[in-house]
Amino acid sequence: MTHDFEPPGHVVLDSSDISRALTRLAHEIVERTHGASNLTLMGIPTRGAFLATRLGEKISAIQGSPVSVGAIDITMYRDDLRSRPARALLPTTIPIEGIEGRLVILVDDVLFSGRTIRAALDALSEHGRPELVQLAVLVDRGHRELPIRADYVGKNLPTSRTEKIQVNLIEHDGIDEVRIERES
Amino acid sequence: MKHLLSAADLSYEDAIRVLDTAKQLAAATEQGVGKLPPLRGRTVVNLFYEDSTRTRISFEAAAKRLSADVINFSAKGSSVSKGESLKDTALTLEAMGADAVVIRHNSSGAPHRLANAGWISGGVVNAGDGTHEHPTQALLDAFTLRNHLRNGTGDLKGVNVTIVGDVLHSRVARSNVLLLNTLGAKVRLVAPPTLLPYGVEDWDCEVSYDLDASLEGSDAVMMLRVQRERMNAAYFPNAHEYSSRYGLNVTRMNRLSESAIVMHPGPMNRGMEISADVADSDRSVIVEQVANGVSVRMAVLYLILGGSESM
Repeated sequence: MTHDFEPPGHVVLDSSDISRALTRLAHEIVERTHGASNLTLMGIPTRGAFLATRLGEKISAIQGSPVSVGAIDITMYRDDLRSRPARALLPTTIPIEGIEGRLVILVDDVLFSGRTIRAALDALSEHGRPELVQLAVLVDRGHRELPIRADYVGKNLPTSRTEKIQVNLIEHDGIDEVRIERES
Repeated sequence: MKHLLSAADLSYEDAIRVLDTAKQLAAATEQGVGKLPPLRGRTVVNLFYEDSTRTRISFEAAAKRLSADVINFSAKGSSVSKGESLKDTALTLEAMGADAVVIRHNSSGAPHRLANAGWISGGVVNAGDGTHEHPTQALLDAFTLRNHLRNGTGDLKGVNVTIVGDVLHSRVARSNVLLLNTLGAKVRLVAPPTLLPYGVEDWDCEVSYDLDASLEGSDAVMMLRVQRERMNAAYFPNAHEYSSRYGLNVTRMNRLSESAIVMHPGPMNRGMEISADVADSDRSVIVEQVANGVSVRMAVLYLILGGSESM
């Protein structure tokens, strides 16, 4: 191992930590929703969508029945659209059951200001009226700017605002890890 | 993206970005999301100096679905009919706070002038200028081709597109040749010699006078409207002669490969460049082109107006 090619920062969760955290989240979700049959996981692209798929597989294995999984892009609902050139849109996939009257759990990689989740709630409401919406995140790093909290947290990571949390997933980044980087 | 004046302005990456954005926006429409929020508070002016139904309505629908405010300005019944110049109209629109101007003009180059003269600060979208260009039509055609060919993978490299008819007066043909080349497709223009523009041999495409010899091997055939309103001279003996040599009828359509599609930018002269049974056949994607036009124009407006001012 050479340090020359090591990305900045250090690893706080490795592949098996992430896997264990997701397994625990899956069990918590099953416990708290009492194995509800109208459960729908909606991941926030890019990485939240992959996490939703993984969680869906784990929950299906626990319950022994398939769980409906979709993705909801929040780009057009962001409150900072005007701060950067137009952003690329990411796919939204609504499961065939829809979200009307469903128990929807939003899934994202990192919970920070809460603004992404606010946008996701707006985006979600365009597709129907869920019975209940909850939030599951792999990492909660604090520093909320809106009255939003997660119902299921993989790992609480107290950070300073100058630090950067980078979640890498095999599906997108070729490796499963969570890194913490000090912004220079 | 600040303006969209010519299909030639789009690099491969730009074109793919517009088409991919359009795909996501089309999906949102399909999922029943009638209105999206990103252009809330932005004003789009449709400045139309030339008659148009589908393009103007398409831009209007696109802007409204993105929550923009839309002002329609048509030359007929406006100050233009009293002799107002493009410059004074532009200064008026600027004073009214237009964030983008969608312009159709009978003079080639008018959108370029509007974008570069310093009259307005907003973005300019060319919705057809004279016989020059119609870039959003080329984008919607490319979007339609991507949906139908190569199993929808979106790769148009090496796809054979045959464009038939009145190339001379067609801004659609010019924009399509430019964009399809950027996307790696092979274009062949088929028209009588009188309906090919001067200098067409320098365009990046094949040229043929023989439709029958061009059908096999085509993945898509795009029929152009014979623009009688632009014809001051006799370009062909009569309508029957034209349609017998350059019209797409069922006999010709049946010689196309099984997966080939038939396109037309509209409005059609049924019985002239395309027979009614071809226009209404399973291979015809003409109605779908109209729907795709809204998605593509949404993408263009989103990319011009959906972010910060500078890009």
